[in-house]
Amino acid sequence: MQSLSKEDMARRVARDIPDGAYVNLGIGMPTQVANYVSDDRHVIYHSENGILGVGPAPAPGEENPDLINAGKQFVTLLPGGCYFDNADSFAMMRGGHLDIAVLGAFQVSATGDLASWATNDLSEPPAVGGAMDLAVGARQLYVLMKHCTRDGEPKILGECDYPLTGKGVVDRIYSDLAVLDVTDEGLRVVELVGDNTLEQVQAVTGAKLLPPES
Amino acid sequence: MAEAVSVVKDGDVVMIGGFGSSGIPLELIEALRRHAPKDLTIISNNAGVAEEGIASLLRDGLVRKMVCSFPRSKGSVWLQKRYKEGSIDFELVPQGTLGERIRAAGAGLAAFYTPTAYGTLLAEGKETREFNGKGYVLETALHADVALIRGEKGDAWGNLTYNTAGRNFNPSMAMAAKTTIAEVKQIVEVGDLDPEAVVTPGIFVDTVVLQEGLLDAIA
Repeated sequence: MQSLSKEDMARRVARDIPDGAYVNLGIGMPTQVANYVSDDRHVIYHSENGILGVGPAPAPGEENPDLINAGKQFVTLLPGGCYFDNADSFAMMRGGHLDIAVLGAFQVSATGDLASWATNDLSEPPAVGGAMDLAVGARQLYVLMKHCTRDGEPKILGECDYPLTGKGVVDRIYSDLAVLDVTDEGLRVVELVGDNTLEQVQAVTGAKLLPPES
Repeated sequence: MAEAVSVVKDGDVVMIGGFGSSGIPLELIEALRRHAPKDLTIISNNAGVAEEGIASLLRDGLVRKMVCSFPRSKGSVWLQKRYKEGSIDFELVPQGTLGERIRAAGAGLAAFYTPTAYGTLLAEGKETREFNGKGYVLETALHADVALIRGEKGDAWGNLTYNTAGRNFNPSMAMAAKTTIAEVKQIVEVGDLDPEAVVTPGIFVDTVVLQEGLLDAIA
């Protein structure tokens, strides 16, 4: 089966970020999406710690120690950007003001349940950050993740067996094998990577896949 | 610094501003560590990294309970250690709920319904209710005895400005504590701050202290 590289997965999501959108990119792979949004699209990035208009990393020596993104990396502010406090930042999420959030995930269910913050191992203190607020608040929630775990186990399941971040919150899954929409009928294939067939992708998916709408 | 934090007593609830490495009142935390009150409840987004900030309070055994949203920052060890040995209580709160609980306390609200965490482990045991077909969780206000925050400029009235994303939880925490102490980089004359640029009105701030290089001295 053909599988996209992490860069190509981020590139694929970037194609679907429309001009003028307010977007929050989660920590890790989702942050890379910004690198591939074409320059002719004006996209405004939100960072949960209180920034709209997040720009690229500063040149070495130009870092402002207080100006970081949610992943604690140094960033810059684009012209027109602004700062605000935590309460306003999360009002933007819960209040439905963000157009799109892109998050990573451990598991997604057929009904769009998201599990992204904890496994069943509670020997370490769990961390949740802003994931639950983004999950319920963003108008569109895209998950960007590998289709299977490192051990080849499906991450897309009938029901998540890890603790949930949100119930029925995911709209679309971008994996290295396919793009899937969460619909009222179930998971519908939007596109398959390369020459992958529905049967091949179904074989590594723990929930029934519906064929693309013709 | 030492005099300012001497108001913190054993068993107090202390809010500490900051997000990751940004906007943390590191000198006030160091002064608090030296003051060494016991059995503190600390409310903050993170739990410090390495030996810095809140991690130093956890290391010195001053903390009985930690309330935060993201304790697992790269290089954080002391929260993990205290959690595993079971020597602290630990309450995990989604970040937006943490911020709103703090804001609610400052705004005189007892509680509020949020859609965040509905149907998850973090809503277990909490009252839930449906509004317009959507599920919500009842969350209560989070008050503190003392808030330690960091601003950029402050004046004698307690008016504060911030540096970029260093703002984060600082303005809400200033509102939610009986006593709020702000560490600033610069103290200016009353009237020098542009009234349109004041982010935290002085009514929420009791004491403004100038950074004095407390950490440079020990480094």
